[in-house]
Formats: sequence, structure tokens, C-alpha cells
Amino acid sequence: MNAEMVDAEALKQEQINIKVKNPASNQYLSFILNNEEYAVDILRVQEIKGWDRATIIPNAPEYVKGVINLRGTIVPVVDLRCLFSLEKTQYTATTVVIVMNIEGEQSDRIMGIVVDAVSEVYSVDANAIRSAPDLHGNDTMAFVKGLANVGQSMLIILDVDKILNSNELAQEN
Amino acid sequence: MSIDLSQFKQTFLEESEEGLEVLESGLLALDSGTADDDVIHAVFRAAHSIKGGSGTFGLNEISDFTHIMETLLDEMRDGRREVSQKLINVLLGSVDVLRAMLDAARDESDIDVAQVEKAKAQLAAELNSDNSEAETVATQQEKKVVTEIDNDKIGWKIVFTPFEDMLKTGNDPLRMLTELSYLGKYEVVVDDSKLPEFYALDPECSYLSWSIYLYGEIEKEEIEEIFEWVDGECDLSIQKLSEVLPTDNADLHLKQANIHQQEQAASTTVSKVPEDNPVSITPTKRNKNKGTSDPVIANVQATVDKKTEKVKEQTKPVVNKRKSADSSSSIRVGTDKVDSLINMVGELVITQSMLSQLGEDFDETSLEKLRDGLAQLERNTRELQESVMRIRMLPISFAFQRFPRVVHDLSQKMGKKIELRLSGETTELDKTVLEKINDPLVHLIRNSLDHGIELPAERIRANKPEIGIIHLNAYHMGGNIVIKINDDGAGLNRDKLLQKAISKGLVDANDNLTDEAIYELIFHPGFSTAETLSDVSGRGVGMDVVRRNIRELGGNIDVKTEIGKGTEFTIRLPLTLAILDGQLIRLGKEIFIIPLVSIIESLPINLQYVNSIAGFSEVYQLRDEYIPLIRLSSILNIPSEFTRLDEGLLVVVEADGNKAGLFVDDLLSQQQVVIKSLESNYKRVEGISGATILGDGTVALILDVSGLVDLVRDKKQLSSVVGL
Amino acid sequence: MGKKILAVDDSASMRQMVNFTLRGAGFEVDEANDGNMALAAVQKKQYDLVLSDINMPGMDGIQLVTALRKLPNYKFVPILMLTTESGADKKTQGKAAGATGWIVKPFNPEQLLKTVKRVLG
Repeated sequence: MNAEMVDAEALKQEQINIKVKNPASNQYLSFILNNEEYAVDILRVQEIKGWDRATIIPNAPEYVKGVINLRGTIVPVVDLRCLFSLEKTQYTATTVVIVMNIEGEQSDRIMGIVVDAVSEVYSVDANAIRSAPDLHGNDTMAFVKGLANVGQSMLIILDVDKILNSNELAQEN
Repeated sequence: MSIDLSQFKQTFLEESEEGLEVLESGLLALDSGTADDDVIHAVFRAAHSIKGGSGTFGLNEISDFTHIMETLLDEMRDGRREVSQKLINVLLGSVDVLRAMLDAARDESDIDVAQVEKAKAQLAAELNSDNSEAETVATQQEKKVVTEIDNDKIGWKIVFTPFEDMLKTGNDPLRMLTELSYLGKYEVVVDDSKLPEFYALDPECSYLSWSIYLYGEIEKEEIEEIFEWVDGECDLSIQKLSEVLPTDNADLHLKQANIHQQEQAASTTVSKVPEDNPVSITPTKRNKNKGTSDPVIANVQATVDKKTEKVKEQTKPVVNKRKSADSSSSIRVGTDKVDSLINMVGELVITQSMLSQLGEDFDETSLEKLRDGLAQLERNTRELQESVMRIRMLPISFAFQRFPRVVHDLSQKMGKKIELRLSGETTELDKTVLEKINDPLVHLIRNSLDHGIELPAERIRANKPEIGIIHLNAYHMGGNIVIKINDDGAGLNRDKLLQKAISKGLVDANDNLTDEAIYELIFHPGFSTAETLSDVSGRGVGMDVVRRNIRELGGNIDVKTEIGKGTEFTIRLPLTLAILDGQLIRLGKEIFIIPLVSIIESLPINLQYVNSIAGFSEVYQLRDEYIPLIRLSSILNIPSEFTRLDEGLLVVVEADGNKAGLFVDDLLSQQQVVIKSLESNYKRVEGISGATILGDGTVALILDVSGLVDLVRDKKQLSSVVGL
Repeated sequence: MGKKILAVDDSASMRQMVNFTLRGAGFEVDEANDGNMALAAVQKKQYDLVLSDINMPGMDGIQLVTALRKLPNYKFVPILMLTTESGADKKTQGKAAGATGWIVKPFNPEQLLKTVKRVLG
């Protein structure tokens, strides 16, 4: 038996332990936006792809970057920096599109969000998520599901359905 | 053994759909007196098949319901019942109920019990109107027969003498003897006394007869069932052993002792049973026990009953769940279409193997071959694509066949006399288009009926034939299907329309509108032309919805009319929603697609012919007409390369009879594009009808030409008092 | 090898059901839409049993039975009619034409199989 395998075994064991300890823990994919760490429910993430040029949609809100071709499906892409009114930056090599499943009242949809970079996958106990402070006048807070401490830093957990189901983005009927 | 019947239910429901059409069109033909014997037979057969199928697939409520219809139709078929208008109306009404029941079966939703019962009562009332007595007497008799049969717990003596010809119906006496042996312990004595000498023997004839002693607690019906098919082809007596006198069986010395014992054992218990003479099988008894030992049907019955009760308990009205099922519905495809598809695939495989062989040892000399191969591949792909598209194509008769009924019902209701003429029913179009065009067509027909055709008296006064004509015609033109709805009614009244539009503030009294523009007003939201509102074509909502629905399908509608002569609506639709011939255009860095069908021409712009109205709207003088000039970049909010008009190109398009010029940076290639929905993951975008994926994998948006023209017009109306 | 059965019915769902049921029990089943197709089919193959609907457009079941009995190869082959209880006179007509027996619609696969086995052993 070699060392590598032992490590893998140990890791697995550790993961199992975590799971047993925290039956209500969920996994979150975190990403960076303007040096802050945000996270979304990993079960909603369909795939992560590098940024590529999107086709502009006429008369769309500024934060809608356009549509891309995801293996034959037309998928709209939203720039989260722009949506959250953060400072604009150039897209870089780390800029990615996180493609997600959005659950709507009428039907489920696929959408992409443009973020600065993906970061980590965290297991967060449901009890460890605190509700966000009610900051009046801050539109972004409406999209925040809660906050959680991970190690030294704070994780902002987003409600993707709320972000991407606004009337500006979905068929209203 | 259990077999899942649900897999056939779908097929059954589909063919029932066809049956319903036959029923409906047949009944309508009967009503108008144009039906012959074939029609009534077909109508009967349709009801009969639905009844048979629904019973088989456990849809007992439908089967019961159709049974009553079938009985009526059977009497009509045999000439025992006179065809009356009332009878036809009742039957037509029950067709509707039947359709609702079949829909409910398909969607697995609940049946509207009240509606069914009402229709049943109406049918029953018709049924009982004259020759009802015979029916009830017959059922009573049947019941009596059932009670006549008593059990005999000991056994039976059966004497079975086939007639000479019995073998000729494919019935083998051996089968019956074998089956009897399954019922219990038995003994057989064969009587070969009638067997002729060998030289006279005809191998096709039956000469033997059998006496069978069957012991045990066996129901007489079980024995009768075995001989059910040979009734009339044999002499048969079934007698309780207790009543068989030993002397009757002189030929059975060998068995005597045995039988005697049995008889004695039995006599004590049987003696109290009233005299029961040997009963020969009569045809009336045959059907009484069908399906009694049928757990499947019994189960289904039980669940159906439960369902019915549930419905009764509900206080809320039953919700129609039809919508949900439509999207997953299947399609019936002619075998010829499938065959051609298989042929195409065959050719494709050949091409593929040819190319791969070529690739294995390739050198420059094979270049010509490679070119040929690729050309062949292209042809194969195109043909395959066409064949696949053809699978989705259905004749428009699927939509048309509903209309005779609509016209029948409505003209009766309104006291109008109308003849509906259909032509071009075999014209094919895409299934999705077909499904979505149905409602607009119904609306247009109702409109022609309500507002178009005059009342008979009015028509006579106007020197027109009493019977008005609505003509529905479909044909292919270019890549489009054209549907015309034409009536010889009163026509649209230009002045009335205009007045109304002015009073509603839709147009200004000083506007100098062309006749076409005035007629167009009927498509304006909230515009109603009927002097009195009727429940036939609704409350002024409709024509705008009709146009919107047609536009959503990538088509357009226009109207032509002449006062006193009639009105004609022309609908143009793409044959398919899946593929489109497109012209790629460039606007800055973006590529858009304009449907080729809406492009009239493209030309470089001569600044001399550009005029500006009120400082902002531009028109272009195209030969002898002025067309609005639309700067795509400003209306779509996309940066363009050129702002000077003479640097770019003008693409002249036509939508809903209106021409417009689109100013673009450049024209690129023309190609067929596969239409993808933008709405499934995003939302509807004004001026855009969909998206597609280009050869390089990027997305390009498809322009909605009529939407763009509207967009420009709306903007102008908003920002200017000057009408164009 | 399974015995060969020809199923004649203008209703596709009925044919499918009959075909599926009997094929599942090891019989070889062919389908025909109506009497004419059935007559064409019996020329090509010797069937051990013919199951036919009565009410069919074109050549109906009774006409089919009459025609089949005239063929030397089908003089004694069992022919079962698929019929409904309301068609009592049809049964009589069918019998007179030479049909072996009938199966009353509606029937379920079990009943069908039982009856077919009865005839084919």
C-alpha cells in the first residue's frame, strides 16, 4: 500500500466524518467578485466555462452580457459585477462563466453568471448560516440568502433564483 | 400473465381521435342530407371501434357511453330509426362529450361526470323515443335465462353429435373433448355407427358422435362455453347425471356400475331440486357471462368508480388539464415517410464508409474523389434534413376538419344559412404550426360567420343567394403556406371603421389614411366591428390576438374587402418553425439574420432619395413609393460601423403588406439556419424572433421583421403627433 | 417454431395488442388492416389461425371468412372473429360463412391468449 492511497483513504474518512457530524450541511461553490467571496449552492451549478464573447441582445439591461451557445442551447449570461453595481474591470484569463440551473415558477431555466474567478467548494452547516443584516437601500442585499464564516473569511451566500428570476430576465406572464 | 395495456392506450386514443372526426363529419353530412350508405356505415364503425377499444383498454365509462351511441347508430344504419335534426344534434353533442372523456383518459384527469350523465340521458331519451320496448323485453328475457340455470353438484352427461359439415368451420371435435377433460374426471364413449364404409368415406366430413360423462361440481355454463362456437353445427344435449336413466345408455354396459354409484350418491342431494329438463343451448344465453372471471376489468371498474366518487365529492369545478399533455403528444407518421428516411440513412452510411475508406490511404490523386464524396455527403445531409422535416408535416385537413361542425353549430344559432367550402386540405405544414394556427382560424371563421355573412332576409334583399359561402383554401407558395378565408358577405364598411377608430382615438380625423390602412385597423387591440356584441366572436378582443398569434409563428395576415361583396383574409405562414432560410447581415461586430422570405431587395443608398420628416423620421424614395427607413443600430441599440447612409446598405423588407428599409453595415451570406428559442432561458425580445447557432459555434439572433416595423411605428406614435 | 397467426383489424391499437400478447406467448403474428390485405397475406404464408375483426372498411370480416373458406389451404384452418356482444346477428352470419368461433370484445390479453390456446392447443 503506498502513501498516496493512505492519504486518499484518510481524506475520504474525514469527509465521511464531516457528513456524519453535520447532517444538514450543504456544499457551496465560492467565487470572487471584487475581492469578496460569494457562494452559490453547488447543486445548482451545471458547469464552469472560461469567458468567451457573447452575442449582444438588443435593448437588454446593461448587466446582461448576451447569449452564448452551450452545446446547442441558447444561454443568457449576466455580469454579476454589473448587476451588483460594482466597479467594472476588464475580463481576464481567470474570468469565468458559472452556468446554473434556475428554478422559476413557470419553468426552470439555464443561465450563466460572469465572475472574476472561482475559488473553493465549502461544506457549510445549515445552522452556521446567519441571515444578512437588513441594509436599506442596498439592492444587492435582496439577493443574499445569508452569511457564513469559513475559516478567517466571510462567505456571502447568494439566492440564485432571486437574482436571475427578476422580470428583466424572465418571460413575464 | 399480465400485460401492460397502457402502451396500446396511446395508439387507441390517437385512432379514437380519427374516429371522432369520422363521427363528426359523418353526422354533419347526414344532417345536410349529403350522406350515403357508406357514410352511415363509417359513422357506425367509428363508434363501434371506440367502444370496443375503450372496453379493451379498461375505459369502461367511455365504452358504456359509446354503447348507447352505437345502438342508436345501428338503428339508423338498418333504417329502423329515422334521422332527425334533433337526433343529429344529440349525437353531435355526445361526440363532444366523448371527446372530453377521451381527453380525460389521455391526461389521466377526471371526467366531468355531470356532463356525461346529461349526455347519456339525452341519448337514452332518443333511444326510448320509439323502439324502446323491444330492448327492455330482450334484457328481461336474458335475465330470466340466467336464473334458469342451476347448479348440479354431481356431473353431467353430454351427448355430442357433430353435423357432417362441422369440420368445415375449423372446429375440431378433439378440441372440445380435450377441453372437457380439463373440467374434471370424465369418460367418453364414441359412437361410430354412422361411419360409412371406407370407400364412401369423405375425409372432410364428421361421422362420429360422443357420449361424455363428466363428474364433479361443474357449472353447466362451463360446458356450454366449450360448445359455444358449434351451436347450430351439432346436436348437443347436456343432462344432469341424476336425471339420466340407466336404460338410456344401452351402449354403456361397461360403465354402468360406475355411473350407478355416482347417481346413487347424488340422488339424495339432488332430489329436492326442481325438475330440470335437458336444455339445449340457445343463442340468447351466450353472452351473459362474458368477462365474469376477469380480474383486470373488474379492478379497473373499481378504480373508475372510486374516481367518479371523488369527482362527486369535489365542490370545485373540474379543471381541464388538457394543456399539459399536448406538449408530449406523439405524432403518427406514414410508413412512406419512414421508409424514405431509412433510405436516406442507408445512403448516408454508404457515403460515410466511402469517405472513411478514402481517408485510410489518401494521396493527392484521390482529391477528386474526396470532393465527390463531400458533395455526396452534402446532398445526403440535405435530403436527410428534408425527410426529417417531412415527418413533422401534417395535412392541414387536421385543422380544417373541425370547421364544418363550427359552421353547423354557429349558423344554427344565428339563423344564418352558410355553406362551408374547403379546398387544399392535403396541403402539408409543420405539426407545431398546425396546432397553433387552429385557434386563429376558428376565430376568423367565426368572424366571417358573425360579421361577414348576412342574415338570409338581408341577403335576399341585396340580391344575393340566400345561402352564404365561406371558402377556406390552403396552398403552398414558395417556402410558405397560404391560407385564405373568404366570404361573400357584407364586406368591411370603410367609413364605419374610420369613424369608430376616430371616436376611439386610434386615429386622427385629419389623418389621410389609405383604404388598406383603414382595414388594417380591425387588427388594432380593442377594435370591434359588430354593432351588437354577440357571444360568437366575442367582445372586440380577437383580431389583434389573431394577428399576434400568427406573427408568433413567423407569419402574417392581411385583409382585402369590398363592400357588399365580401371579405378575404390571407394568412402566410412558414412551413416549419424549425428551419429558416436566412440572410446574414452585419451590424458593427454583431451578426443578425433576416428571414429571406421577407426580403424584397437590397441596394446601396442614394442620399438623394433620403428624406427626413419632422427632423427625425427618415423615408427613402424607392422608385415611386416612400418607405420608412429604419436604422437597425439605433432601434436595436447596437453600435454600427457606419452612420453615413451611403456607406452601408438598405435591405428592403415587407411585413403585413408594409414595406420598410433596414439600414445595415453589410450583407453576408445566405444560409439555412436552425431556429432556437431565446425565450426558453431568457425572455421575448422586441424585434427578435429567435436565435440560431452559426457554423463557428457563435449565436446569432434572428430579426422579427414585422415586429421591427411595429417597433418603429410605435416609437413614432409616442413621440410625434404627425402621423406617417 | 411458433404457430403462425394472422391478426386482421382496422384498428391499429387492437392489432398491436393482439400482436404483442400473442407474440409474447411464442406465436408468430402478422397483421393486416382489412380483408383485402388479409387475403394477400394468406397467399404468401400458411397460417394456423386467423383472427379477424368483423367491422372493417372495404372487405369486412364476414366477406373475408367466406373468401378464406374457398381457398383449399384454408378450408379447415380455424378462423376466430373479434366481435362485440351487440353483434349477435353478425356472429350468426360469420358462423354461416364458416368462422370457427369468436372472441367477444372487449377482451383482455389473458382472455385472448386463453382462447387462442384453446384453438391451437
